[in-house]
Amino acid sequence: MVAVVGAGPAGLAAAIELRRRGVAEVLVLEREAEPGGIPRHAQHQGFGLRDLRRAMSGPSYARRLAELARRAGAEIRTETMVTGWSPVGPLELTSPRGRETLSPAAVVLATGCRERPRAARLVPGSRPAGVMTTGMLQQLVYLRRQPVGERALVVGAEHVSFSALLTLAHGGARCVGMTSELERHQSLAAFRLGAAIRFRAPLWTRTAVTAIRGHPRVEEVELTAVGSGRTRTVACDTVVFSADWIPDNELAAMAQLDLDPLTRGPAVDAALRTSRAGVFAAGNVLHGAETADVAALSGRHAAAGVAAFLAAGGAAAAGVAAGDPAAGGPAAAGGPATDRVPIRCEHPLGWIAPNVVAAGAGAPARGHFALRSRELLPRPALEIAQGGRPLWRGRVRRLMPGRSTRVPHEWAAAVDPDAGPVAVRLRG
Amino acid sequence: MSHAPLPAGRLDTDVAIIGAGVVGCAIARELSRYELRLTLLEAGPDVGAGTSKANTALLHTGFDAKPGTLEARLVKRGYQLLSEYARRVGIPVEVTGALLVAWDEQQRKRFPSILGQARANGHHGLRELAPDELYRREPQLGAGAVGALEVTEEGIVCPFTTPLAFATEAVLAGCDLRRSAPVRALERLDGGGFALTLPGGRLTAGCVVNAAGLHADEVDRMLGHQGFTVTPRRGELIVFDKLARPLVNQILLAVPTELTKGVLIAPTVFGNVMLGPTAEDVERKDDTSSTAAGFAYLREQGERIVPALLEQEVTAVYVGLRAATEHVDYQVSVHADEGYACVGGIRSTGLSASMAIAEHVREQLGDAGLTLEPRAADLPELRMPNIGEAFPRPYVEPERIARDRDYGRVVCFCERVTRGEIRDAFGSPIPPVDLDGLRRRTRAHMGRCQGFFCGAELAAWLAGRGAGS
Repeated sequence: MVAVVGAGPAGLAAAIELRRRGVAEVLVLEREAEPGGIPRHAQHQGFGLRDLRRAMSGPSYARRLAELARRAGAEIRTETMVTGWSPVGPLELTSPRGRETLSPAAVVLATGCRERPRAARLVPGSRPAGVMTTGMLQQLVYLRRQPVGERALVVGAEHVSFSALLTLAHGGARCVGMTSELERHQSLAAFRLGAAIRFRAPLWTRTAVTAIRGHPRVEEVELTAVGSGRTRTVACDTVVFSADWIPDNELAAMAQLDLDPLTRGPAVDAALRTSRAGVFAAGNVLHGAETADVAALSGRHAAAGVAAFLAAGGAAAAGVAAGDPAAGGPAAAGGPATDRVPIRCEHPLGWIAPNVVAAGAGAPARGHFALRSRELLPRPALEIAQGGRPLWRGRVRRLMPGRSTRVPHEWAAAVDPDAGPVAVRLRG
Repeated sequence: MSHAPLPAGRLDTDVAIIGAGVVGCAIARELSRYELRLTLLEAGPDVGAGTSKANTALLHTGFDAKPGTLEARLVKRGYQLLSEYARRVGIPVEVTGALLVAWDEQQRKRFPSILGQARANGHHGLRELAPDELYRREPQLGAGAVGALEVTEEGIVCPFTTPLAFATEAVLAGCDLRRSAPVRALERLDGGGFALTLPGGRLTAGCVVNAAGLHADEVDRMLGHQGFTVTPRRGELIVFDKLARPLVNQILLAVPTELTKGVLIAPTVFGNVMLGPTAEDVERKDDTSSTAAGFAYLREQGERIVPALLEQEVTAVYVGLRAATEHVDYQVSVHADEGYACVGGIRSTGLSASMAIAEHVREQLGDAGLTLEPRAADLPELRMPNIGEAFPRPYVEPERIARDRDYGRVVCFCERVTRGEIRDAFGSPIPPVDLDGLRRRTRAHMGRCQGFFCGAELAAWLAGRGAGS
């Protein structure tokens, strides 16, 4: 039996693919009452392009994936939360059925990510009502039909920030502005244009939110210009903190999987194998958010890795009991754990995924590494090197926070397992 | 000494307690054990929602109090009373022990005087640790510590359940709790007793206990007393993610200076790690705003104490105002002739001392002539819902889930709060009226996602439209 933790796009796609590859028992554990993950409450169009080859709304996409998973023969258990997982123990579950433990032959972690809330961003001021993340905003409007205020400020200018804009409009709130600390938005030009024309929402770039004031609800927000330090206030009753994603990595941390220090998600190789034999991770638990269809393709890719792992005899062939902490991540071909070479990004690069090179991992999902930057960089020259030895040099089209850039993977074959970490850096 | 016995029935209540912070609630609970009609008045929307909710949540032994003060005596006694009470009614409490860390020789030279002070307060268990033992105990401690004093009995306690338990016990015994009931005016009645002006009308009372915290000086002045002035001292606190909990084993205290007790790092009963507080005198009694300067200061201090902590995610920020006065000690006085007790200037030790303060006030009121006849029947045993990390919570209790499936439905994922607990909170003797109140009762919305996952569902519950409400 294979357990998939999380019934969002990555988890459901993994379950579908596991069944397609003949895994007899696939159990998807979902803590929410409904499967589907974030798309359940993202009403806008454009879901499913890359994985299902059609465009649909978030809720339709969520329903479709769940239906496909059930039809493929996977069992989806909702209201079931994995509350415990030690380096040596089974998965511990809480659900209305009670407490259960589970010791599957393999696990796919697909727990997704969330936006950093205000406190984690250390935005000072009073603590009024009306401050939320996009995730909460979408649920308020689409799932719970609750009021969201009248004048909202959206912090952030990534894809999800524009989704927040649509949600606010649907909920009857006017967006008084969007802010980004960067010099431009990080979404599609069409979204920005749409926001400007349809909602007349100004985008204030190089602008930081430096205080929130009001009681009991938000009354105003202080904005500070990055660089000049000039401040001004904007009256609003709602503040939406969008993007600034962090993987929901609690289970990975509990199980003491190696975490990548930059993504804060489990460190994985190109086959999405974590540091623990038989444990795979897929989708946005690996890093800040990619779109739902990309997460689904990641789940599909992980399923291929799981199938290969099981075909090779699973934990037994790898010479370990599943859950043995001494056992690292051997995996598909049963290679030893010590062969995992970490890939590290250097500033101003943000993260790369996958972030481990291991023998037998094959090509990464969608045939490339995904690279993120902390700064906007047009046509940057990159170098990937191990020690003093360059593995790859080249230019990519553009680096932009909040969006991934493709980096080829063929260089990984030349990594020496004994020569230390691989570095990814800007050249020159 | 004693005021004239008051004709029964002439007044609305025997004792009006102003302020349902931890001190007012403790006094209400203490007096509820006697045949008295009690009214507990709270200006804010909930019990324990002012200064009591945003503090360091330490259960102090009082080793470092100024010897001979009322505070020293009441903290010591309060520690014993609250430790015993917490275990009995299910208030989360953990005796973690504390380490008072010296970062230079000058600080270490203060150890003998601190030890002397502790002995004068009746605390003999303190011990000095050499650096090697200190770092064995706290491997994540920043470099450069030259020694520490160990105070094994210091602990942490839930600042939310404590006042709520006191108030619940009082309410179950018949105390009339009125929330959002600020006292606009207070005057003496001819022939004894008091009249209090509240938003909904007038309340007459035989005795008045002023436990108004930050506003205790204003209430005191309503009766013409000029005992003290409250200067709010703002304390900002940063709460780190539960994944940081393994970094710290004990409470890490600073060596106090003349001005401040300094910044500490402590585990919380919810399994987080707390860094703070700042100490800044502010003008306004409602200025609970966090500041960029406060964050910067705390991060700088934290960086030195436990550097690895600063790499962890921040879960929440709390700001509290301590009711500091111009005096060193608590300002507790009973005006026997008029039946008025003032319990002011209860600073950061108020949580630890609360039950002893209540006992002290009850004794003083009795001496002053308040008739204290123990209640005929004992009250049923109170058991509060456990929200502490060190004790089992419903989501891990199979028998409980088997009896009621709602204890198996996790609503708040970060803090593992079940639908059953949220339902129970709304059905409790003192139900929450807002999200903060729900959070203090259940931990819902208190965790790392701050509502990303459950915020909308909780909002629906609060709006009365939740699926099960």
